Amino acid sequence: MIKINQLTKYYGKIKAVNGIDLHVGGGEIFGLLGPNGAGKTTTIRMLTMLAKPSGGKAFINGYEITRDLLKVKKEIGVVPQYMNLDIEMTTWENLELHGRLHKMPKDDRRKRIQELLDYVELRDRAGDLVGKLSGGMKRRLMVARALMHYPHVLFLDEPTVGLDPQTRRRIWDLIRRMNNDGMTVLLTTHYIEESEMLCHRIGIMDRGQLIALGTPEELKKRVGEVVVETLNQGCTKYKFFADREQAVKYARSLKQNVIIRESNLEDVFVELTGRKVGD
Amino acid sequence: MNGGNYLQFVVPGIIALSAMNTSFNTVGASLNMSRLYHKTLEEYLTAPISAFSIVLGNVLAGSLRGILASIIILGLAFVFGAKITVNFWFFLIILLTCFLFASLGVVAAMTIDSHEDMSNFSTFVILPMSFLCGTFFSSEKLPEFIRYFIELLPLTHASQSLRAIAWGYDFPAVSLLVFLGYSVVLFAAGVIVVRKVK
Ligand SMILES: Nc1ncnc2c1ncn2[C@@H]1O[C@H](COP(=O)(O)OP(=O)(O)OP(=O)(O)O)[C@@H](O)[C@H]1O
Ligand SMILES: [Mg+2]
Repeated sequence: MIKINQLTKYYGKIKAVNGIDLHVGGGEIFGLLGPNGAGKTTTIRMLTMLAKPSGGKAFINGYEITRDLLKVKKEIGVVPQYMNLDIEMTTWENLELHGRLHKMPKDDRRKRIQELLDYVELRDRAGDLVGKLSGGMKRRLMVARALMHYPHVLFLDEPTVGLDPQTRRRIWDLIRRMNNDGMTVLLTTHYIEESEMLCHRIGIMDRGQLIALGTPEELKKRVGEVVVETLNQGCTKYKFFADREQAVKYARSLKQNVIIRESNLEDVFVELTGRKVGD
Repeated sequence: MNGGNYLQFVVPGIIALSAMNTSFNTVGASLNMSRLYHKTLEEYLTAPISAFSIVLGNVLAGSLRGILASIIILGLAFVFGAKITVNFWFFLIILLTCFLFASLGVVAAMTIDSHEDMSNFSTFVILPMSFLCGTFFSSEKLPEFIRYFIELLPLTHASQSLRAIAWGYDFPAVSLLVFLGYSVVLFAAGVIVVRKVK
C-alpha cells in the first residue's frame, strides 16, 4: 500500500514534482504515465528514499518514508530507469549480493536465484560478467534482482524499455504472478499498451502534477469513448464524443472524409497532456 | 647524511604516504564512480542496511588495501637494506592512518559531484599534504606558523610516529589521540553524508 500526500520536489527553480496526492491500494498494479520530464522518476526516487522530498509525506505499508527508513527498505524492491548492476560481477553474483544485503538465508538465496534465473531465461549466463550481457538481458536481470527478496511493494521505472516483445510479456507475467501473491506494484512506462494490459489503475502526470487518475476505461470515458479524426492541411485533428451517435452527427456536418473509431488510451494521453510527439 | 641514513629517514614517510594515498584513493574513486557513474551505490542505499554498515564496509576495504600497499613498501625497504624497527605500534599506526584517510575518502566521494573535482581534491589537498608533512624532509626548517598548521595534519603525525618507532624510540602518545580524533570525526562525517539523501 502506498499513500502519498502533497509530495513535492524542487530542484532549484524546477518543480519536478509539484504536490501530488495518490493512494495505491495493497495488491494493486498502478501505472504512472506522462511525457518526458513529467516527474515520474523523481516520484519513484522519493518513494524509494533516493531523493529527499521538498515537502509532503508518503507512507509505504504504513511506514513514513523519511522516518522509518530501514522498515521501508525491507518492504520495497526497486528497478531504476538506468542500468545499475555491478558490471564487474557475474549475473549470479549480482543476485547473490542482493540476497545478502537483504539478509536472506543461504538456502533461500540459492533457491530463489535459480528460480529467477530460469524465469528471466538467464540461467546459461549465470557465470558471465554482467558487462558482457546484452541490454535486454541486463534489464531482465534488474527485474529479477528487485524481486529477489520477495518485496511487498515493487517500484519499476520503465521496466521493459528495450525488450523484445516475448521478453516483455514474460516480464509482465512475472509481475502479474508476484502481484497475485499480494505484491503492490507502481510502475512507469511510455508504452501505453503496457499500462493498459498490466495496470489496474493509471495516473497521468504532466509537469509535476497528477492530472488524471482512474482505470483505463474510466479515463477513456472521461475524454470520450469515440473519436473523430480529420485531416486538415497534413495535420490530424481529434475530436472526442461520448458515443458513436454524436460522433456520426458531427462527422456528417463536415464536408470531408473522416475516420470514426473507438478512442484508446493513447488518445487520452495525448489529449490530456496536450502535446503530440515532436511538439 | 649518508645514503643509508636517508633511507632510514624516508621509508617511514613513504609508508605513511602510501597508506594515505592508497586508502583515500581506492575508497574515494570507487565510491564516487559508484555514486555518480555506475549508480551501483543505489543498490546499497535501497537495501535494509544502515549508513554505518555502508561506511564501515568501504573504510575497511580501503584500509586493507592501504595496509597491503604499506607492507609492499616495507618489504622493498628491507630489500634495499633499510634498518628499521617494526612492531605492533608500527602496524597500529598504519592501520589508523588508513582508517582515517579511507573515511576522508568516503566524505569526499559523497560530497564531491564530479570525477574531475575528485581528482582536483587529490591534486590540491592530498598531494600538497604529502609534500609538507615531513615525508621527504623534516619540517623543522619551515617558518613557525606553517609548522603549527602542519602539526594539525594527521599525515605529519603518521610520518613522525612511524619514524620514531622505526628508529627505536617511543612515539608521542598525543599522536595516537590525533589519529583517534580524526578517525572518529571523519567516520561520523561519512555516516552523516551517506545518510543524507539529496
Ligand atoms: N538530479 C536532478 N537535478 C536537477 N533536476 C532534475 C534532477 N532530476 C530530475 N530533474 C528535473 O526534474 C524534472 C522531472 O524529471 P524526471 O526524471 O522525474 O522526469 P520523468 O517523468 O521520469 O521523465 P522521463 O520520461 O524522461 O524519464 C525534469 O525537469 C528534470 O530536468
Ligand atoms: Mg524517468
